[in-house]
Amino acid sequence: MVAKRCTNALRPEITDRFMELILLIFTFVLAAFLGFELIAKVPSQLHTPLMSGSNAISGITMVGAILIAGQSSGSLAGWLGFAALVLATINVVGGYMVTDRMLGMFKARKDNQPK
Amino acid sequence: MEQIINICYIVASILFILGIKMLGSADTARRGNRLSSLGMLIAVVATLLAKGMDYTWIVAGIVVGTAIGAIWAKRVQMTGMPELVALFNGFGGLASLLVGWAEFSRLGTAADGAPPIEFTIAVIVLTILIGGITFTGSLIAYLKLSGKMSGGQIQFGGQHLINAFILLAVVVMGVVVAANPAVGMANTLMIAVIVLSLVLGVLGVIPIGGGDMPVVISFLNSCSGLAAAAAGFVILNNVLIVAGCLVGASGLILTVIMCKGMNRTLGNVLFSGFGASAGKGSGTAVEGEMKGVSVEDAYYVLEAASSVVIVPGYGMAVAQAQHAVKELGAVLERNGTEVRYAIHPVAGRMPGHMNVLLAEADVPYEQLCEMDEINPTLPATDVVIVIGANDVVNPAAGEDPSSPIYGMPIINAHEAQTVFALKRGKGTGFSGLENQLFFRPNCRMIYGDAKSTVSQLVSQFED
Repeated sequence: MVAKRCTNALRPEITDRFMELILLIFTFVLAAFLGFELIAKVPSQLHTPLMSGSNAISGITMVGAILIAGQSSGSLAGWLGFAALVLATINVVGGYMVTDRMLGMFKARKDNQPK
Repeated sequence: MEQIINICYIVASILFILGIKMLGSADTARRGNRLSSLGMLIAVVATLLAKGMDYTWIVAGIVVGTAIGAIWAKRVQMTGMPELVALFNGFGGLASLLVGWAEFSRLGTAADGAPPIEFTIAVIVLTILIGGITFTGSLIAYLKLSGKMSGGQIQFGGQHLINAFILLAVVVMGVVVAANPAVGMANTLMIAVIVLSLVLGVLGVIPIGGGDMPVVISFLNSCSGLAAAAAGFVILNNVLIVAGCLVGASGLILTVIMCKGMNRTLGNVLFSGFGASAGKGSGTAVEGEMKGVSVEDAYYVLEAASSVVIVPGYGMAVAQAQHAVKELGAVLERNGTEVRYAIHPVAGRMPGHMNVLLAEADVPYEQLCEMDEINPTLPATDVVIVIGANDVVNPAAGEDPSSPIYGMPIINAHEAQTVFALKRGKGTGFSGLENQLFFRPNCRMIYGDAKSTVSQLVSQFED
């Protein structure tokens, strides 16, 4: 989109591709810095839920699997996408549920506290 | 439509960021997790709006995956949770690998405006490499944690050299394929890349001892995030890149925090092979002998004690003893004894593992103490009960420079007046080290299953 406005008279299609890539790399770098900053001081009892919860987020590859499974059904790519989708869904659903279960126990304990 | 999908991706990314942030603090953790799951739902639903989709297999895949994931998550015992997280993590890695492979197999059909094919192939190789390592590495971690495979280190000569060679081979093959994507050999080479990546995951994790598995899982979790981000570059999808990279970076920080808890560096954990120095002679030979004590005698000591500290470890998890331990704490309190629980940051097979188990058993929150908080009070403590913990109370960490765990902060159980160590047998711990604590004059061993031993102690009190 941004790239469309670029006017490299010689090889416009190359510029387009590179601009899109550069934007994605830009996103990647910013996300990396954000990720480093997000986790500063986490009490050790939360390490396991944090790991398990962010593990569920890494199941985002599910989105890629959906695109492939939906757009290439019948071919080898379609089958691979389907398998990826099943695995990623297990990762996502299982990961979030197990994390919620763990954190639920901390919650229950808090409610039992007096005052 | 494309715009709506991308706006949804932005919303999802914001929810992931908030979710991770909130997971870092006790009051907001549960809400944070739910927020991030909402983000995932939005990302998935938005993706379904993409054009040209055939929904049959998508629906089938989501239904099957949800059913399996939900059943597993519901059924797992809280003690078995670390290995389940390892397994889920492996699935995520394998999914990224398959996405990379699928994209490779349909390369020719890519839409216009795709980036240079060399770039696409390079990120496909990267996706497969990281995804493959994550998958088999997590599987080995799962097998080691669940005891289906020995927790010890499996080492052989030239291991690092072989790993480096495999990595080099993958890079070379990747370059070859990227340079001539149309050549007939490309498919064969890609299969070879997949196989080698899977092999590398196995070889990378088998030399690491079971005691370091928490760090390994956290590290592999970070890798699975990076694999997802790499897959995002393959299909040019920004939500994959953002979410994957967030997990990659925050996972790495978490891994480093965990390493600091053991006073080691990440490189040391991953490459030194914990047993490398242990193999040469596990520290100084231990003098003295382990002395057993009967449950009745232990009861008399506990009955007279005015302060007791319980140090739980993985053995408590294995024996499912957390409820019995809570009972013991309760009867001691009724007897007028001050009871506290000392939680080492890496006790169990995952950081915070013991907190989860004790919370499950309803142990009062204010009785759980962190290591730094409890250590100064231990010399004035009458009795420390070590339940299935080993390395985290081994005084060699502070006193014996030749010990492989030298420098790791421990709970100074040996400074207490009396130590009771509950243990199944005379063998060494998960790390394969002899524990000097058990040979100290103030330490008495109570052999047997931790759960039945603790229950016997409780019934002594009740008689």
